[in-house]
Amino acid sequence: MTQPDEASARAEARAWLEQHWDPGRSLVAWRTMLVDSGWGMPHWPERWHGRGLSVALSQAVEDEFAAFGAVGVAKMGIRLLAGATLLEHGDDFLKERFLRRILTGEDTWCQLFSEPGSGSDLAGATTRADFDGTHWVVNGQKVWTTSAHHADYGLLLARTDWDAPKHQGLTYFVLNMRQPGVEVRQLKQMNGHASFNEVFLTDAKIEPPYRVAEVGQGWRVAMTTLAHERRGADGLRSSARAGGRKGRIHEEEAAETATLMAPYKWYPQRAGRVDLVLPRARETGRLGEPAVRQAMAKLMTLARSAEWTARRARAEQELGRPQGPEGSLGKLAASHVARAAAHVHTLIAGADAMLAGDDGPLDGLIAEILVSYPATSIAGGTDEIQRNIIAERVLGLPREPRMDGGPFRDVPRNVGG
Amino acid sequence: MPAAPFSFTDEQRQFRDVARRFLGEVSPPTAVRRLMETDDGFDPAVWDRLAGELGLCAIHVPEAWGGQGFSFVELGIVLEEMGRALLCAPYFSSAVLATGAIRHGGGEGQKEALLPALAAGTRRGTLALTEPDGRWELERVALTATPVDGGHRLDGEKRFVLDGCTADLIVAVARAPGTEGLEGLSLFTLPGDADGLERRPLHALDPTRKLAHLTFRSVLAEPLGEPGSAAAPLGRVLTEAAVALANEMVGGAQRMLDSAVDYAKLRMQFGRQIGSFQAVKHKCADMLLEVELAKSAAYRAAAAVADGESEAPALASLAKAAASDAYLAVAANCIQIHGGVGFTWENDTHLWFKRAKASEALLGDAAYHRELMMRHMDNGQ
Repeated sequence: MTQPDEASARAEARAWLEQHWDPGRSLVAWRTMLVDSGWGMPHWPERWHGRGLSVALSQAVEDEFAAFGAVGVAKMGIRLLAGATLLEHGDDFLKERFLRRILTGEDTWCQLFSEPGSGSDLAGATTRADFDGTHWVVNGQKVWTTSAHHADYGLLLARTDWDAPKHQGLTYFVLNMRQPGVEVRQLKQMNGHASFNEVFLTDAKIEPPYRVAEVGQGWRVAMTTLAHERRGADGLRSSARAGGRKGRIHEEEAAETATLMAPYKWYPQRAGRVDLVLPRARETGRLGEPAVRQAMAKLMTLARSAEWTARRARAEQELGRPQGPEGSLGKLAASHVARAAAHVHTLIAGADAMLAGDDGPLDGLIAEILVSYPATSIAGGTDEIQRNIIAERVLGLPREPRMDGGPFRDVPRNVGG
Repeated sequence: MPAAPFSFTDEQRQFRDVARRFLGEVSPPTAVRRLMETDDGFDPAVWDRLAGELGLCAIHVPEAWGGQGFSFVELGIVLEEMGRALLCAPYFSSAVLATGAIRHGGGEGQKEALLPALAAGTRRGTLALTEPDGRWELERVALTATPVDGGHRLDGEKRFVLDGCTADLIVAVARAPGTEGLEGLSLFTLPGDADGLERRPLHALDPTRKLAHLTFRSVLAEPLGEPGSAAAPLGRVLTEAAVALANEMVGGAQRMLDSAVDYAKLRMQFGRQIGSFQAVKHKCADMLLEVELAKSAAYRAAAAVADGESEAPALASLAKAAASDAYLAVAANCIQIHGGVGFTWENDTHLWFKRAKASEALLGDAAYHRELMMRHMDNGQ
C-alpha cells in the first residue's frame, strides 16, 4: 500500500489521540481501543490490529504517543516476542486467538527454549513432544524462564523427530502454562536473586491447533523469536521512563511495569556500575593510589570506547550504510567492561570487598556488583559463542568441523539430556 | 568544516580511499624494506607526490597559510592510512609536530613566513622536545636559551628527535637560564644545518621512523612566539600529537588484524585451516574488538580536537593509551598466529610490530597517558 508521509502520519495519530485519550480509562479498555484502531502497532498489517505503516513511520507514531503522554499497547517482556512470532508464522486461528490479548496485556507469556542440557547449543533441545492421536504430549525440562511463574502461555521448542538431523527435528508450539503437567520452580542465582524459573513438563498437553508452523520447522520459527529478542534488548531500557503521572491508566501501567521489571533490578550491577567508580574512589580516599588510578583509567577507556563503538554502529545504521564490524562487538565489550569494573570496585573497596548486605559498601550494592558480573559473559550468548559469531560472520573464518550431523538420536549429548 | 564524531561523511570516505590507493601504490612492504635501510628513511620522489600532488601536508592547515583548511579529522584519516601502509616519510615530524608547534606557538608573521613551505612540503620540519632522560613532561626541558645580540644561543642536548637528521627546519624547546618547571619555556626555530648543531642518527628499534640525537653548542636560534610562554601552546601540540599518533597506530593495528585473519584462512594444519580452531578464531575476535575500541577512541579524540572541545586533552591521552595497548597486542598476536614464520625477517609482520613497540613509547607510554587522563578527569569535575 502507499505510505503517508511522516508529517501526516504524525498528525493523524495526534488527532486520534486528542479525540480518544482519557487517562481515567482502565489499561485494558484503552488498549482495546488502540488494537481496534490500529494505532497500537501501526507497522502490523491492517487485518491484524495494525495500519500497514513502515517501521520508520511506526517509530514516528510511537514518538508522537510519547510526546503526547499516552500509553501504548503492551510491549514489554516475552509477549511482544510471542506477538511478532505468531504474526509471522502463526495461522489465522493462532493470530485470532492470541494477538489481541497479547497487545492488551491480558495474557502473559514466557519463552521455553533453554534446557539444562542445551544452553549455547539451543538446537540440541531434548524436551520431547509426541503426538498420541489427539494431543501433543510434552515431557522434559526448561530453564532460565523469565516470568514463568505468572505466565499464561509459553513459546515452546520441542523435539518431535529424533531421526531427523538436529535442527530439523524441532517443532514450535504454544503451551498453556495453566495445566497440571506444568510445574514451575524458582531458580536461585549465585547473587541471591531469583529472576528466572525452571519449568518441569510431565505429560503436559497441547491441542493440535496450537502447533506453530509445520512439524520440523521449529528452529526456523525460533530464529524469528530470537531476532526480535535481540532487537528488543534496547526496548527494555527505554521502558523504564516516565513514572509519576496521574490517572488510573498510568497507575495500572506502572504496576505492570514494576512486575515485569522486578527480575531485572540487579542488571545494572551485573554490568559493573562504571558510574559509581569515580565517586567511590573519591569518598574512600583511594583516588590518590597509583595502582587504583591506572585500573580506573583502563576501565574508563574501555567503557567509553565501547560506548563510542556502539554509537559508531548506530550512526552508520542511521545513514543507511551496511553494518560494519563495530555493530557486532557490543556484547563482548560489555563483558570486558563488567569484569574490569568489578575489579576496580574491589580495589576501591579494599577489605570492605569482603562484606555484603548492611555491612557492605553502599548497603550491599558493591557486593551485588561483585557477585553479579559473571552473568554478563554468559547470559544472552556466552563470550565464547560471541567470539565464534564474530570470527565466522565478521572476519569470515571457517567454521569448526561439526560433530552433531546425522540423526539426532545418534548425536552425543549430556547424560540424562 | 564540522566534524562528525561517530561517522565519516561520504567525502571523508572518498578521501580515505584516495589516500589508501596512493599509499598502497607507493608504500608496499618492498618499499618499506628498501627505505628503512637508508639513512634518510624516505623517498624524495614519493614525498613530492604526497605533498605536491595530494597536498597531504596542507590538509589541516588553514587556507590563510597555504593550507587546505580541512579539520583534524581529515588529518586523522591520512595518518591512519599511513600507519596501515607503514609509510616511511617525515610526515608525522613535519606535518604534525613542526606544523603544530608553529601554528600554536608562532606569531602571525612567523606563521605567514614558515607555514606555507611546510604545508607545501618544500621544507620539512621537526620538533626537538625530548632530552636524554627520555621524559615527555615539559618541566624536564633543560636545553638553555641565552639571549645574545641578534637572537638566542642554545646549549644542551635533544634526543629521540623524529627525522632530526633530515629536517630543514627544527623547532626546539628551550628554557631561559635559571628558570624551572613550566616557567621560562620558549620555542625557537633554527635551520637543520645551523652552525654548532651536531646531528647524529640513533639506531632505532623501528627502522621505519628515524630518530636523531642533537647536540647544541651555542647555536644561534630565532624565538618563535612570545619568549617564556611556550608551555600552553606546547600543551596543545602534545595533545594533537597524541591524537595523531593514536590514529596512525590504529591504522597499523588494523593491518595486523587483516594479516592475521588472512593467514588463519590460508594456513593448513591437522588437515584444516587454522582459523577453524577456536583457539585461533577467538584470538582473532579479540583482536577485532581491541582494534575497533581503539579506533573509536582515536576517532572520538580527533573529533574533539577538531571541535576544540575542552575534554580534548583527556581524550587524547585516552586514545593514545588505548592505541598503545591495542596495536602492540594485535601485532604480537599476529606474530603468534603466523607461528614460526612470523618470527622470521622475511615475513613482514615484524615491520609493523616494531612500529607498534616504538610507538608505544613515543610521546609517553600507556601508563603515562592513563595518569594524564586521570588528572584531566579529576580537574574537570
